[in-house]
Amino acid sequence: MGAGHAHRLYRHGHSPVHALPPHTKLAAAFAFVVVVVSTPREAIWAFGLYAVLLGVVAHLARVPAAFLLKRLLIEVPFVAFAVLMPFVAEGEQVDVLGLSLSVNGLWGAWNVLAKGTLGVAASVLLASTTELRELLLGLQRLKLPPLLVQIASFMIRYGDVITDEMRRMRIARESRGFEARGVRHWGVLAKSAGALFIRSYERGERVHLAMVSRGYAGSMPVIDEVTASRAQWSYALALPVAALVVCLLGWTL
Amino acid sequence: MDPVSTPSLEVSGLAFAYPDGHQALFGVDFSIGRGERVALLGPNGAGKTTLVLHLNGILTGGAGTVQVAGLPVGKRHMAEIRRRVGIVFQDPDDQLFMPTVREDVAFGPAAAGLKGPELEERVDRALAQVGMGQFKDRPPHHLSFGQRRRVAVATVLAMEPEILVLDEPSSNLDPASRRELADILRSLDVTVLMVTHDLPYALELCPRALILSEGVIAADGKTGELLSDQELMRAHRLELPFGFDPRSVTPDA
Repeated sequence: MGAGHAHRLYRHGHSPVHALPPHTKLAAAFAFVVVVVSTPREAIWAFGLYAVLLGVVAHLARVPAAFLLKRLLIEVPFVAFAVLMPFVAEGEQVDVLGLSLSVNGLWGAWNVLAKGTLGVAASVLLASTTELRELLLGLQRLKLPPLLVQIASFMIRYGDVITDEMRRMRIARESRGFEARGVRHWGVLAKSAGALFIRSYERGERVHLAMVSRGYAGSMPVIDEVTASRAQWSYALALPVAALVVCLLGWTL
Repeated sequence: MDPVSTPSLEVSGLAFAYPDGHQALFGVDFSIGRGERVALLGPNGAGKTTLVLHLNGILTGGAGTVQVAGLPVGKRHMAEIRRRVGIVFQDPDDQLFMPTVREDVAFGPAAAGLKGPELEERVDRALAQVGMGQFKDRPPHHLSFGQRRRVAVATVLAMEPEILVLDEPSSNLDPASRRELADILRSLDVTVLMVTHDLPYALELCPRALILSEGVIAADGKTGELLSDQELMRAHRLELPFGFDPRSVTPDA
């Protein structure tokens, strides 16, 4: 669907991972993250194995490492938080390069860093192999509350329309000699935001009218039925199952 | 009743006041035969939009009745009425709310319970009617304004309506898109009610016209004759574009 006009998180391709039905991939990614999060932080080797598993998936999906690493940058704010932990945490201290660090804090930082990175990597892989539209179909298939799915799909549809409206309002402001410079101008920006909200709200009412006119009665009709065979399910779930084995080993060893 | 002689649309004694007390319609009577193309003309604030919203039961509760191919508009047959009356709203961004053209066109028929190959065939036919078949998988916001308007017409045609109601179909269209839309509308075998300020467009497409002014039908006749009656036109704030003489053009029947 939507050839050539996909979201920029998506990476067009025809790999076996791309071909899997969206809801199996969603379930697999979610289960994988749950398994990773429930692994004991002391089992450092386990996290290495998880990374290898994701590497295998990325290879199958033909997602290059550079692409994946670049997308991982979104994690940076959390990394900053993790780096602070050894300095602020209480308890037993240890000297590293002349700095006195908390042992607990170091473990905490490692915990956040490792689990966070793996979680983000799994999500990036999901997003780069599944189109937004398909993700929504998958969520619908997984019986997420329909209202949430509808809100998400309207966000995708109207995101551009609203950004465009915002841009036109900015141009109108600037054409009349206004430039936002400092706190004194925040009032004007706030009023623009309010006007944008009201416009969007009114558009919402008009869209609803158009939907009702075409027979909308509270739930979206199912247009594309997504189904998965047993083989597709087992293929998708291979990742979390393998991760689960690692996790159980991590607890017992 | 004999389906051949039953008018597509029969409005009688329709009056309506908004909850804030503003009365928009004061007893509107008219009838449109099957296959007719009729223009509804009138100045701003004449009650045109209010009238349109009565045709598929979005607004109800005033006096008078509306019948679509013999079926009274009311709570009991709302789903069928909304299938029979296809309203194309003025802003295609309000009308096209699904992520892709195909899903948008499928929305109405799917809400009516159609699915599978039958639904697909309906979508293909509607898009072919407006010449937009090759844009099936595009998101609506990547289309030009004229293309979006045509898809908006297709979303309604897909429901195989008894009557097509167009709200300002020529607004914001460049001359080429305007002509393309006119060709499409002429090629359709469906009853059309066109609400517009664009008098030359009304003359080009609709042999018959109604003038709605101050909540009543002030005139009903041949479009060419109404537009040539300067007295009548002035009385209802209708003005022809500069240099346009309705007597100089011969509209096709």
